[in-house]
Amino acid sequence: MRKYLFRRLAQTIPVLFGISILVFAMLHLAPGDPADMLLGSEATAESVEKLRHDMGLDRPLAVQYVSWAGRMLQGDMGRSTVLNRQVLPEIIKRFKATLILTAGALTFAVVFGVGIGILAATYQHSVFDSVAMLIALAGVSMPIFFTGIAAILIFAMDLRWLPSSGMYPAAGGDIFDLLRHLVLPAVTLGAVSAAILARMTRSAMLEVIRQDYVRTARAKGVGERRVIWVHALRNASITVVTVLGMQFGYLLGGSVITETVFSWPGVGQMMVRAIQARDYPMVQGAVLLVATSFVFVNLAVDMLYAWLDPRIRYS
Amino acid sequence: MSGQTSQIAAEGKAPEAEKGPARQSLLSRLAQNRLSLVGAFLVAVSIFMAISAPFLPLADPNAVNTSDRLADIGAPGHLLGADELGRDILSRLFWGARITLAVALAATAIAMTVGTIMGLVSGYFLGWADTVISRVVDVLMAFPYFLLALSVIAILGPGLLNGMLAVALVNVPFFARIVRGTTLSLRESDFVLAARGMGAGHTRILFRHILMNSVSTLIVATTLNIGWMITAAAALSFLGLGVQPPTSDWGTMLASGRQYLSAAPHTSLLPGLAIFFTVLGFNLLGDGLRDALDPRMREV
Repeated sequence: MRKYLFRRLAQTIPVLFGISILVFAMLHLAPGDPADMLLGSEATAESVEKLRHDMGLDRPLAVQYVSWAGRMLQGDMGRSTVLNRQVLPEIIKRFKATLILTAGALTFAVVFGVGIGILAATYQHSVFDSVAMLIALAGVSMPIFFTGIAAILIFAMDLRWLPSSGMYPAAGGDIFDLLRHLVLPAVTLGAVSAAILARMTRSAMLEVIRQDYVRTARAKGVGERRVIWVHALRNASITVVTVLGMQFGYLLGGSVITETVFSWPGVGQMMVRAIQARDYPMVQGAVLLVATSFVFVNLAVDMLYAWLDPRIRYS
Repeated sequence: MSGQTSQIAAEGKAPEAEKGPARQSLLSRLAQNRLSLVGAFLVAVSIFMAISAPFLPLADPNAVNTSDRLADIGAPGHLLGADELGRDILSRLFWGARITLAVALAATAIAMTVGTIMGLVSGYFLGWADTVISRVVDVLMAFPYFLLALSVIAILGPGLLNGMLAVALVNVPFFARIVRGTTLSLRESDFVLAARGMGAGHTRILFRHILMNSVSTLIVATTLNIGWMITAAAALSFLGLGVQPPTSDWGTMLASGRQYLSAAPHTSLLPGLAIFFTVLGFNLLGDGLRDALDPRMREV
């Protein structure tokens, strides 16, 4: 397992390098000179030239990249041109909110998606199976922004069960307030993943249930509950974990839209504002942090995958 | 992106060459699947809306009429009501369909063309070309899909064309990976070796033999992917980063209607439903096509 971990860790290095190149290139690929963009159209030629020199834009690209990467590794992501604050603390503060939202969505997706998938497979061809799969089929096609708006309309405005925006009440609040505010955004964000997980879990379970060892277990007199939860689920979980890993990227991306719909103070909402304001240090920092965390989540998923299926770590 | 599309990306296998009778029965096999018929109907409706908008006696989609603002469904002169500026929602849905579908289809065409060429070159020539292309694909796929689209917008700036390019770029690695997979499995097949033996050049082998035999995989992948493209393009517009006013697609309609959610929910629910049914249509049709064209991708 340790050998596999090191091998897999080594594979992330070129990917992280590639991500850093792309993020670094963002400022340089954008139309216009970065110094011009940062100072605006009314800046004098001298001030632009001075900023170009200060930012090191008059040096070769490779040199600029090395110095930029060095600063990033030390946690210096520069200052936001709009907020005039250090980027990193601002992003970390926001990233926590995004992680809470993503974790909530993932929890919802796993509990409902996997749960419904197992039940649908166990009671294949039942009314529950048909209805659940029809809902899951529709759920896969629901755009987050539409689900979010419909949820606000029904549960916040009509029934008044849950708050429609923010993370806490304006006057502040405790963990229960946070949970109440989390329900709608987390369910909205996790709905598509839950639908996909339900379909994949069902098909993986059905495939496993037909295997010889499951028939053997039943023939040996193992109880149905144990057959489903131990024999079938453990093996079906390989597919489920793979899908879960893929869904994490979707959730991180989808959080941008969910945060905008529900005014959730996360990194996605901040990124949209930063893009509109062309606040490049902020956009670069956010993209770098989210993409890097996605790489490590994928690494963790692969580790889990190798733990579940020993064939992978020995291949 | 849906699980099915990821599944194809993971498998990346070429379907076996279709035999004559099997090809003939594609439509009948598709017709046997009731859900894919529903999908085909939904897709046909959205395409009809897009094509027929200029020919139908619809109100001017941009005509502002403040006395009719937020008019309800069924109000005189506005079958589906009016938006916050009194513009006819029915007309805007028809005209919006043109932009929404055009952006998604153009993005798909760009992603498919670029991704297919990358996949063909990578899987056929192998060596350094494969190494370079595969690493680029790895890096692009290391980004969460929507984040990559946002990064492109951050570079190019918001707008209809840039939104389309962003959605296209995000999907290039997806097509490249699928086509690389099919190319790898086809490049050593008997008919390719025979063509090579008969003196066919690389271009002819790639486009006449390998590409032609990857078509069914590409059709399935594309249909399953268009739904995601529509959602992503609409999401960019919803965030104010895609289509810019006065041009409007379903995403911008939904975003502007959101401000009046309590007073006039239909202003955002109607474009939302239009997006939902169109995406559902493409997903159902894609599922049906996958089952009919490439049974090995079928779910249990």
